[in-house]
This record gives sequence, C-alpha cells and structure tokens, in this order.
Amino acid sequence: MNPLLSVRDLTVAFGKDASQPVVKGVSFDLKPGETLAIVGESGSGKSVTALSINRLVDFGGGRIVGGSMGLTRPDGAVLELSQAEEKTLVGIRGREIGMIFQEPMTSLNPVHTVGAQIEEAFRLHRGLEGQAARQAAREALDRVRIADAGQRLRYYPHQLSGGMRQRVMIAMALAGNPRLLIADEPTTALDVTVQAQIMALLAELKAEMGMAMIFITHDIGLVAGIADDVLVMQNGVAVEQGRLDAVLDAPQHDYTRHLLNAVPHFDGGRAARDDGTRTEGRAKPMVAVRDLMVRFPVGRGLFSRNPGAVHAVEGVDFDLVQGETLAIVGESGSGKSTTARAILGLVEATRGTIDAASGHGDRPIQMVFQDPFASLNPRLDVENLLAEPAIAAGRRVDAALRERMTFLLEKVGLPTDCLARYPHQFSGGQRQRLCIARALMLNPDVVVLDEAVSALDVSVQARVLDLLIDLQREFGLAYLFISHDMAVVERIAHRVAVMYAGQIVEIGDAGAVLSRPQHSYTRRLIAAVPGMDRRRQRYDVDTTPVPSLVRPRGYEPPRADWVDAGPGHRVRVE
Amino acid sequence: MNYLARRLLTFPLILLGVSLLVFFSIRMIPGDAITAMLGTEAGLLTPVQRQALAAYFGIDQPVVVQYGRWLAGLLQGDLGISVTYGKPVLTVILERFPLTLELALLAMVIALGIGVPAGVLAATNNERSTDVVVRILAMLGQSTPGFVVGLVIIYVLSVYFGFVPAMGSFTPLWADPLANLGQLIFPAVTLGFAFAASVTRISRSAMLDVLSDDYIRTARAKGVSGSSVVWHHALPNALIPVVTLSGVEFGYLLGGAVIVEQIFALPGLGRLTLDAIGQRDYALVQGCVLFIALNFLIVNLLVDLAYAALDPRIRLSAR
Amino acid sequence: MRIIRDIASHPTGRVGAAIILLYLVLALCGALGLTPHDPLQQFRIDRLQPPSATYWMGTDLFGRDTASRLMIGIGHSFIIAFASVGLATLFGTLIGLLAGWWGGLADGLFMRAMDVLLAFPAILLALLIIAVTGPGTFTSIAAIAIVYTPIFARVVRGPTLSLKRRDFVDAARTFGSSQRYVLSRHLLLNLVAPLTVQVTLALAWALLTEAGLSFLGLGTQPPAPSLGLMMSEARNLMQQAPWLLVFPGLTIMLGILGFNLFGDALRDILDPRTQRRTA
Repeated sequence: MNPLLSVRDLTVAFGKDASQPVVKGVSFDLKPGETLAIVGESGSGKSVTALSINRLVDFGGGRIVGGSMGLTRPDGAVLELSQAEEKTLVGIRGREIGMIFQEPMTSLNPVHTVGAQIEEAFRLHRGLEGQAARQAAREALDRVRIADAGQRLRYYPHQLSGGMRQRVMIAMALAGNPRLLIADEPTTALDVTVQAQIMALLAELKAEMGMAMIFITHDIGLVAGIADDVLVMQNGVAVEQGRLDAVLDAPQHDYTRHLLNAVPHFDGGRAARDDGTRTEGRAKPMVAVRDLMVRFPVGRGLFSRNPGAVHAVEGVDFDLVQGETLAIVGESGSGKSTTARAILGLVEATRGTIDAASGHGDRPIQMVFQDPFASLNPRLDVENLLAEPAIAAGRRVDAALRERMTFLLEKVGLPTDCLARYPHQFSGGQRQRLCIARALMLNPDVVVLDEAVSALDVSVQARVLDLLIDLQREFGLAYLFISHDMAVVERIAHRVAVMYAGQIVEIGDAGAVLSRPQHSYTRRLIAAVPGMDRRRQRYDVDTTPVPSLVRPRGYEPPRADWVDAGPGHRVRVE
Repeated sequence: MNYLARRLLTFPLILLGVSLLVFFSIRMIPGDAITAMLGTEAGLLTPVQRQALAAYFGIDQPVVVQYGRWLAGLLQGDLGISVTYGKPVLTVILERFPLTLELALLAMVIALGIGVPAGVLAATNNERSTDVVVRILAMLGQSTPGFVVGLVIIYVLSVYFGFVPAMGSFTPLWADPLANLGQLIFPAVTLGFAFAASVTRISRSAMLDVLSDDYIRTARAKGVSGSSVVWHHALPNALIPVVTLSGVEFGYLLGGAVIVEQIFALPGLGRLTLDAIGQRDYALVQGCVLFIALNFLIVNLLVDLAYAALDPRIRLSAR
Repeated sequence: MRIIRDIASHPTGRVGAAIILLYLVLALCGALGLTPHDPLQQFRIDRLQPPSATYWMGTDLFGRDTASRLMIGIGHSFIIAFASVGLATLFGTLIGLLAGWWGGLADGLFMRAMDVLLAFPAILLALLIIAVTGPGTFTSIAAIAIVYTPIFARVVRGPTLSLKRRDFVDAARTFGSSQRYVLSRHLLLNLVAPLTVQVTLALAWALLTEAGLSFLGLGTQPPAPSLGLMMSEARNLMQQAPWLLVFPGLTIMLGILGFNLFGDALRDILDPRTQRRTA
C-alpha cells in the first residue's frame, strides 16, 4: 500500500539563519489508518515537525529549508507539501489534514461560541449552511460525547472545562473527515482521568473513520497505548524509529533507553520506595494536621441571593514524621495544593489545627513551588535570592551565610561560583535546584513540594527526584509531596494520601495504595494512568462528573467513616 | 458580582466625587465669592447690598449646606445663573453643546475609520515597507499637538487654496448638513489627527498579539483562508483594546475641543469654558466642567457596555 | 550599562535619545545665557525679519530673535514636564502600589478617588485648577502632575496586583519576609521597567499638554517665551511671517517625537513580550 504521507529529510529553520535548523533531516512514512507517535522532550523539534506537515510553521516564522513531504491525495496524485502554495494549503488544512493542540484553554476563539466555530468547519469543508451546519455541529458534539450538545453549542469556550474544550477541538478537527489527524500533545494540559477519556475517544474515532494519526507527546507511556510506529526525537534529530514493540522492547539508541528506563513510569506500586519504613506510633510527628478545613466564600455581594462557599479542603487529617515522604495525589480542584498552602499559612484555615514540632531552624517548614520561572524574583541575583530566608529571620549576610550558600549550591548540584548570576541565566531544572537550595537555607525539618517537578522535562524530572531523595537521606528531611503524577509519586513517596473533592479518600503505604487501591476513586485514577505494559490497550470512556465544591451556607459534610485495609492503610467508606 | 452591575453601581459614586471636587475647587478661589463673581465692580457695593447678594446666592450658609443645596439643584437640572449671559447655566451650555459633541463624534469616526484599517494593514504586513510607513506616520501623528495641525491646515488652506474656513459662526446639522460638514470637517480632522495615530498604533500591536494567539493557529489548521482569519477571527479580539482606548480618548477629544474651537473660532462648549474662566464666571465654569465630566463618564459607561458586548468573558463572568 | 548599549543599537531609540540630548543641551545653553541674542530684547528695526545669518529663525512682531526664544522655551517646557511627571510618578506610584498591595477597602477608596480625577479630560482638569489658582509655571506643574497621577496609579496597580500573586511573593511570605522587604525588593524592583517606559511617554504627553496650555494663554505668562505661546502669537501673522509658525511648531513636534521614540524603544527593550516576539 502507498504511504499516505512520505517525509524525507525534512529540515526546518527559524528566522533568516538556515545554518542552525530546529529539525534536522527527519524522514518517515505513514500508512493510511496507522498511528505514528513522535516522542521527545521540549526543544526536540517534535512540535515543529508536526506543524511543518500542514505548513502552519510558516506563520510562526519557520521555513522548510530542505527535504520533501509527499501527501497522497484521495485521487492518488501526490502533492509535495513543502513546495505547495498557500492557496492549495488552505484547501488541504482541515479537509485532508486535521489538527488538535496542547492547550485547549487558549486554542478556541474566546469571542465566538463553540457552535459557531464548529459550524465554520462544516461550512468550509462540506459547504453546509444555516440549519444544516448547526445540525452537523450538534452531531459532531454528540460524537465526541458531550452531553446536551444542543445547549453546549451556544456556550463560549471559557464556560467549558479543559476536557470539554479538547473534545470541541476534536469535533472541529474531524468536521472535514480528514484522512490524517495531527495531535500535538493533546492531553498534556489535562488531568489524568480526563486524559484517559480523550485517549479513548481518539482511539475510537480513529478506528471508526479509518484515519491516520500523528501523535506528538513527551510521555512514552501514552505511546504504548495508541501507536503503531514510534519516532524518538532529540535535538531535532530522529534518533530512533520503528514499530512500537521493537522500539519499546529492544531500544537501540541510548536516549530511547534513557526515556524508557530512567524516566519515571508508573509501575502499579511495584517501584515504590522501601527505605525507611515507618514505625507507627513511635516517631513523633513533625507535622500533625487535624480536621483541616479551608473554605472560600463565593457570591458574597449585594445582589447575590444565596451566598455559599467553595469547600476546597474538608476535614483533612494526617501526620508526617521525620525522614518520610507523604505524597498527596489528586486531580485539579481536589484541594491538594490548598492543603499545602494552608500548612505554610498562605491561605487561612477555616477550621482545624496544624501542629508543627519545633525543629532545629527558625522556620521548620519550607516550601518549593511548581513553576521555577515564577518562584524566583527575576531582578535578584542568586546571592540575594538565597539570602532572603536568612534576612527574613533577622540574620546578616556575612561570610558564614555565604559559606552556607556555596555548601547548599554544591549539594543541589549547581556551580558554587554562580552567586552573581540571575535566574534567566539558568534552565528550568537548575532554577528548581536553586529553589530547593533556598528552601534549605534555614535548615528546615519539613519541605512542602507543591508539584515541584511537574513543570520540568521528563529526564530533568528524574534527576531532580534523585536529588530530593539524596537530600532527604542526608538531612533527615520530611517531605509533603503534592502531585498529580502517579509515576512521580511512586518514585518518591513512602506513604500516599489520595484526595478527591477536598477530602482524603484513601491513605496508606505507597506500595499498598498504588498496588491494591481500595476506594473507587483511587481505582479510577490508577486505571487512567498510562503505562508501558498497557500496550494497545483501550482506556475506558468514563465520564463521571466531578462533584461541585460550592456548598450553600451552613453546609456540613457527613462524618467520615474509615475502614482499615491493612497496617496504616485507611479507606474512606463511600 | 457581575461586571456591569459593579460598573453601574460605582457610576453615581464617581459622579458624587466629581461634584465634590468641582464644588470645592471653585470654593477654594482666593477672595470672597462676591468679589470673585463681580470682579472690580464688587468694590461699588454697599455692605447691605453685599449681604443681600450673599443671601441671594446662598453663600452666607455653611459650606456643607451650600453643597447640599447646590447638589439638590443639580439633580433638578439647576446649575445656577451665568453672570455673563444672564441666563441659566444649563441653557447656555445646551446651546453650545451640540457643536462640541458633533465635533468630537466626527473626530472619533475619522480616527477609527483611518486608524483601525491602517493598524490592521500594518500588522498583517509586519516588518514590511507598508508597516514601516504606517508606523512612521503614526509616530509623527502622535507627536504633533492639535494646535500645530490646526494652524498648518488653516495656513495651507488660506495660502495655497485661498480658502478660509468659515469661522465664528455655526450652522447646526439639521439646518444645513452640507454647510455644517464644511464648517466642522477641518476642525474634526485637527481633533482626530493624534487620536487616529494612537488608534493605528494600538490596533497594530493588538492585532500582532492576537495573530500569535493559539486560536488563530486553530483557525488556520481548520482551513480558514488568510483574510477570513484576519477579519473574522482576529479582528473581534483585537478590537477589545481599541474600544477601551476609544473611551479614554473621547475625554481627550472633549478636552482637545477647547483648543480646536479656539483655533477655528467655533462657538462650542470648550470655548465657552475658556471664556468663562477669562470672565471669572464661576457658575458657568463649574457648570461646564461638570457637564463635560458627566459626558465623559457616560461615554465611558457606554464603552464598557460595548466592551462587554465584544468580550463574552466579561459579559458572562460572575466577577 | 546594557540598557545604554541596547538603546544605542535600537534603530529609532537612538534617534529619540539624540533628540532628547540635543534639546537638553539647547535648554542648558539657554539657561546659561548662551543664546544667539537676548531672548527678551526687542530689536525694533528688525521686526518680522525672515530667517537670515543674523536671525537664524527670523524675528517676531517685536523684533525678538525666534531662535533664542525657542532655546529658552525648550528649557521652560522641560522644567514643567520633568517636574510634573516627577511628582505624578512619585504620588501615582505610591498610591498604585499601596492600593494594589493592600487590596480590599483601601484599594477601592484609592482607585475610586483616582477614577474621579480621571473623569475629567486632562486639559479640562488643568483648566479647572488654573481657574482656581491663576495661570503660571507652578500652576502648570501642579495641573499636569494632578492629571497624570491617576494614570501612574493605574499603571502601577495592575502589575502590583499580578506581582503580588506571583510565587516569589508567596515564597517570601513563607520565609516571613517583612512587608518593607517585599514591597521594595519584590514589587518596586520589578516595577522599574514598566515605570521607566511610562515616565518617558508621560514626558511626551506633558510637553504636549504644557504646549496646549500655554497656547491657550494659561501656561507660562508673557513676556517669558514658551513654545505654545509663540505659536499662539504667530496665528495672526501666518501669512506675513510663516517662519514664526514653522519653527516653534517643528520644535514642539520634534521634542515630543524624541520622547515618544525613546519610550517606544525602552518598551521594546524592557518588555519581555516583545523580546519573545523578536527572539
């Protein structure tokens, strides 16, 4: 069979300088109805490759400086995409090559209804007008499993959740019945259960319509579930490519092996840490949280009839002892970050107590934030950044303090002569190391890590996790590790607490919770996590809606009942 | 609370603040009000006459009572009596207002009519010669004071075309639309000149921002053609900052009218204000300033409504 | 310093910087009495002379040298512009910073007060102030300062609100950093860039407003020369002596252009968004 798309030596450069291309000679063939996954980290050129195929790269300042891309048209003729005129390309885009993007939040036009945006696609590709276009748009929304399609057509993008918007994007991309769909990290911005829904939907629609797909991702675990062929990219070069099983089972290139082995992959609790098992009741907790409750008032104002509150955190209890990592996992809106912020006093607890044992420093609890770009003041140099906790504690910047700075810089693996540098001179991973060093300046006992590795590239993630484990052992630190990423949690946690809708639904040893989940939500969450061993496995389409956290005034949740599922493993009764 | 509801709620508050400011600034004029009002002629008054006048204008009362009365009068449309014209202030203002309003609106139409297409043209030809020319013109336009533009227009018209724009008189729009337009077109160009330049600049930069947004890429990926991407997908988003600017600039237009009306000797509200200051007719100054500020506030409210109409995120958001 | 290098290599920025420098030199020479002629002296026999070797830019109705008067006028305009923008920056920044930082009621009160000031078109507010205090240099400074204070307050409040939600401010709170430290190191230091741009552009507007006020006869009072006033005096002589219109007009335009170009260049250089776009 002729390939649908045949790419040879594709070379793409930005700006006027063609000597430093971003994509350097990538070649592949894609057969009709098959899926090619392009895997790589940021800067690997995987997205640029994707955008080159429908030539959207032209609008971002990119140029195809070499190679060819032959697209077989329905009539059998081959169109050379790299040479095609913009006029021809407009007829190809959407009709023969559809595309969906990473950021569903910004990829829809905010001033047009989703209905209008889908109808436009039907108008362009099928010539449908008025009622017929509306009817087609409604059917398209039905097809991507949006309930109440007729109603939703009138919604504006900002009124829909991220998962919904991505479905709208899919509905729009499929309006023209394209024979090739390019999906550029379509699930990266989504929660893991929503990701599973979108992946299931894509697999189903692809089978139904017999279309080919190019699936761009940084997560090799996702690839296992959907791809026929895999292409691994690093620094603009395709370092390895082949059939799915060959690449996953017998990787040839070091980088592929690194992606498969060094990077965190979820392993069903088998890879959980076994060092430093906790002796229940013996160790004095460094932090004891009891019945923590955080509520944010909503709808308070002159005209609102029913003021209520968002019950962001509802009756959370846990202990954290010296030297252990407690991971709080949950999806967006579960209250995990609010819990962390309440412990640091960044949000006020509505009720409950947070007891911190007096440790050896002035401030025994420190925090590392998610975004290393936002948590360092861009106008301060490293010395001033590291000095801030000490200055806040009333110390002077003297030789002893500078000595501590260089000591910690060395500990976190940064050059010790970088005190005069500014944050923009560091990479994301280095900045996060800087944040960790800053958190350790006052010799704390507990570090709260709020999605501390989530913004990092996967291989950087692995190294920062290793660093955190080393530091924990050396300084006897306790970590409260907030994350949505089960693979990362499995690597670092001794114990895991699963949060859902503001409450802990299950808590226990990492190995036990991740391998034998008891609560239905924990099971759902773990079932949604992609893994290397779940090859070509369909995810279930599960559309359980998240309950609203907005409660009327005076609402009190029912008392929680717990059952023991093993030593230290407690599950909330549903 | 809804954005519009909040906007409507603060409106009377701001208006109250404006009235306070205007009332008390006029009260801060050194010397007593009678002297301020009548100038040197006040010296001819007997103490009894003074007393009577003070009682007549209510300025023998405590200042708070004066303000209360004045505010109560305001709410009934009573802005006091103009000493110069011997007529109620509101009557004098309403005689002059149509000219200024028409002038400002005409200037706005000219500015938006030139500025938005020019800005879009420049943005879609980013860094090409069209863009450079538009940017240079806009930069020059923004740096030229209105009176320089006005005087240059008068000079060119009179020296090269032997045409002197009719000055001093004013034909209302409804009396003779052509004559009216002939009188107002050059003042309106003068007034709208700098505004057109800022509209050009802001449309260009807003358009550039929007064109690099993700949803524009989505539209292109969908197969929408180049011009439809610009006009249908990008422009509605790029207009949002232009609308905001228009509200602010309308104030500058009302203010700039003072200068333009002075140059073209047009009997509008701006010139009335200026003359009232010269004549120390404080009731009239007070009335004019208040009236213009009120108009500005109303226009800004309308702009906010337009803003909400353009941007569903504002219209439909809870806060 | 890097910023100077950046401006020098910015195509329009260096034009703007050159114009501003030239004007500063001219104003300084004027202040030191280094003018071609005495700006106030009336050379009666040389009335309305066209530009010549003696009078580079001609003379006015009273036989005063236009070039010398322009030099003094530039100085006057600059003093008023710098003083008023300086005051507006000081008060506006303070109000905007505290309103944004405190939030809640203080924010509401401060910003509604600023809204009241913003409800007046700039020239009109200046007119009102001049009506109260009478025309003059100090009144012009005060009027322009009051007009631009709310604009600076808004310019500062926006970024303050977004900076205050940034993670590094949250981090500072977890360290227990003092309010003073957070305001000066985390907020003000990051506001320097947007403020610099705003100050430069405000200087352009202030020159514009000052010229407008003195054109209306409400700014600098005769016989002291000022750019706006010279234009106003030239109005009725434009047929006989167009140079009286041309030179002050060009002087005003060029000065404002200089600040506008400089401000735009600063924005290009300091704004991370345009940096990303050109990158």
